[in-house]
Amino acid sequence: MASDRIVGIDLGTTNSLVAFMQGETPVVIPGDDGLNLLPSVVALDASNQPVVGNAARNSLIETPERAVYSIKRLMGRGVEDIQEELKLFPFRLAEDLQPGEVLRIKLGDKTFTPPEISALILRQLKRSAERFFGEPVTKAVITVPAYFNDAQRQATKDAGRIAGLEVLRLVNEPTAASLAYGLDKKQNGIVAVYDLGGGTFDVSILKLHDGIFEVIATNGDTHLGGDDIDNLLITIALDDIRGDLNLDLRRNAEAVQAIRKAVIEAKIALSSQPSVKLDIELPGGHRYQREITRDQYEQLIQPVIDRTVGPCKQAMKDANLKPEQIDEVVLVGGSTRIPKVRALVKELFHREPHTDLNPDEVVALGAAVQANILGGGSEATENMLLLDVTPLSLGIEVAGGVTDKIILRNSTIPASATQFYTTQIDGQTNVAIHVLQGERELAKDCRSLARFDLKGVPPMAAGIPRVEVKFLIDANGILHVSAREQRSGKEADIQVQPSYGLTDEQVEGMILDSFDNAEEDFRQRQLIEARAETATIMAALEKGKKSAAWGQLTTDEKKQIAKMEKSLAAVNAEDDYHAIRKAIDALNQGTMRLAELMMDTAVSSALKGKNMNETDLGEGPTPPHPMAPPEFQ
Amino acid sequence: MTTKYALTTIGAKPLPQDTHSCWSCGSMRAAHFCESCGKVQPPVPVDYFTFFGLPTKLNLDVAALEKSFYELSRRLHPDLNARAGSQEQEWSLEQSSLLNDAYRTLRDPIKRTEYLLHLEGVELEEQSKSATEQARATGAMKKQIVPPDLLEEVFELNMQLEELRMSKKMGEEDPALIAEIGKQKLSLEAKHESLLQELQADWKEWDSLIDSAQASSEERGQATSRMVDVLNRRNYIRNLVRDVNAALEE
Repeated sequence: MASDRIVGIDLGTTNSLVAFMQGETPVVIPGDDGLNLLPSVVALDASNQPVVGNAARNSLIETPERAVYSIKRLMGRGVEDIQEELKLFPFRLAEDLQPGEVLRIKLGDKTFTPPEISALILRQLKRSAERFFGEPVTKAVITVPAYFNDAQRQATKDAGRIAGLEVLRLVNEPTAASLAYGLDKKQNGIVAVYDLGGGTFDVSILKLHDGIFEVIATNGDTHLGGDDIDNLLITIALDDIRGDLNLDLRRNAEAVQAIRKAVIEAKIALSSQPSVKLDIELPGGHRYQREITRDQYEQLIQPVIDRTVGPCKQAMKDANLKPEQIDEVVLVGGSTRIPKVRALVKELFHREPHTDLNPDEVVALGAAVQANILGGGSEATENMLLLDVTPLSLGIEVAGGVTDKIILRNSTIPASATQFYTTQIDGQTNVAIHVLQGERELAKDCRSLARFDLKGVPPMAAGIPRVEVKFLIDANGILHVSAREQRSGKEADIQVQPSYGLTDEQVEGMILDSFDNAEEDFRQRQLIEARAETATIMAALEKGKKSAAWGQLTTDEKKQIAKMEKSLAAVNAEDDYHAIRKAIDALNQGTMRLAELMMDTAVSSALKGKNMNETDLGEGPTPPHPMAPPEFQ
Repeated sequence: MTTKYALTTIGAKPLPQDTHSCWSCGSMRAAHFCESCGKVQPPVPVDYFTFFGLPTKLNLDVAALEKSFYELSRRLHPDLNARAGSQEQEWSLEQSSLLNDAYRTLRDPIKRTEYLLHLEGVELEEQSKSATEQARATGAMKKQIVPPDLLEEVFELNMQLEELRMSKKMGEEDPALIAEIGKQKLSLEAKHESLLQELQADWKEWDSLIDSAQASSEERGQATSRMVDVLNRRNYIRNLVRDVNAALEE
């Protein structure tokens, strides 16, 4: 019963959201707590079951060793490139990690790869959507920072697969935001999107032309965001505490998390107030109190927000545009609420930025628009098409450890390049290829994407074979490689060893586990919801039996109802969701006349055809709303 | 060893565009998609000019090219074929990457000229920075000819750049030297500009050869070697300007 419904997901560093197109408007689907934002926090509860979101956020303070946040910072990265993160974030790596292996994070005494943790977040969003629609959701568009490299994109796609989602497209976050904005504007011109989120910064410059959203240039920093501001404030608090109270809390995870919570609140308050007072309870009955003024705060964060200037200038240079040529500037990401950031954007682009849409939601809304386009479009998205670019140049290592760039950054994707290779030694049958991503001249300074081994080259004299290798970057920004030996026409065998990714088999193993669980979970939830409904209808029936209407039924009708009631009670004790549903439907049908009779004659005509479940409006709960959490008795 | 534009399968004869029928509905189709049913067609190895239905001429209307890029994108892009069968999705991916590669190459005057030369079987000297780095790293002699009329100037400029780097290393600043280098840079940029004009004149000549249809291979060869010469000098100067900028910014 797979549905064709495609949802749009913003898998953020701090918060994640799921949205879909309701008619002609994208809307965010709330979680079971009724909130649109799902904190991207995952924890294990006391019985080692994963919990996600606000529930997990509490455990950050109570049991920090069983919780993880900002996992997006580790997606697609190796142990050697996260040393900086480890100084600032309480990531607990598995002890037996081998060099070159995909990272594993410890939660309690279990370990998880970053894609698995992201998959738990995605699964939570998937459940929210399923609750909303009342049917399984299996297809999604997921957003990624525009400046994500191949490995980070692949890791995100893997997370989707592990969560039981077919990822139809990865969309760049700033581009998605422009889709959400463009939906109601539908005008031509040049738009710059400045996206400063929890952990990533992107800037994209787009040309809008009759519904075509053509990205001209993009730039960014995948490790720059609100997290960096939090860490600055935490460091200062820890230093203060060490100086004033002679208390070193740097290794005290609970205290650090309590401080983190307080400084985040202070940061948010400072966007609207001239000063805030920090007042944090510390272990041993101590308190940390400090006032921070807006001035101090702005001085403090200046170096962080200044790091966005370079990428913005580079993007304009690459687009060959001056600030005056940019018609609109759009702000995305929670960190753009900071007045100092807005001032900087205004200075950079000589223009007052747009803030009409909620900067926390606009990316998810855009993902929903893209999902709609992929699903065949609607009146609202007619003529809309996104032409995105690859943020980083693709290169291959040539003699001397030099990078030869074969697809330049800001090339519209899909994009391809073909290279010819030959052999160095007589009879050589393998050719090794090292694929890189980045702008630097030397291979060692670029990001290693993969090492390919072209196998099965027919043995010939050195220099004779001519192997054609085609590199193709697809619309998700992910690289595909195929090869053919031209003289023999033989397809060469390619073995991909992603430098920082999971192998297909590994992902496969993770999917099966969690997919089975997901199916089981969905079944369980359906069962729980059906039983809740049984309780509702039974209660309504009890009430009906006491009403005057009951006396108006014929003996036969009463007998029928009693029979149906009995069989519902019987199947309700079993685990067959379908049987319960069927019995509920039968009882609903069978009690339709009773329901009618129960209604006041004045309104009974208006309610014709309504059944017991719906007419029992008197004092029971209001009818289940798709956004409301299911109510359990 | 590496070739930049091989996707077009050099030497493949462009297929006539309208003689093929659609794999899906059987009616006559346009080159890349079917006019009647809209289905994406299997890609045919053609050069970038042919892909856009253009003659291999160098003066081209970039606005018209953009228009047809957008029109073809609306037919070929994978986002608009996401619900098609897997084979058609594959074709859509290949066709749209070919479209993007072709558009990227043809809209840029220098890339367009280099591509045409490549189609004509002429390879340019490797002037790219990576080629320079590679030559440096492997100790190989880089095949690079300094344009004779620039020899003296380049020699002097390199001396000055070296001097600038040294003085910067010592933490000194020599305003006279910086001013002198700035002046040289302006003169290089003016040369660069005049080379681009020279190139446009060569385009005109090439296009008229294509129009006349009876141009001898000798005439074509002469036209292409003039363009090679201009491009080599232009690339050389561009690299110099880049070096100067780098030295000034360091």
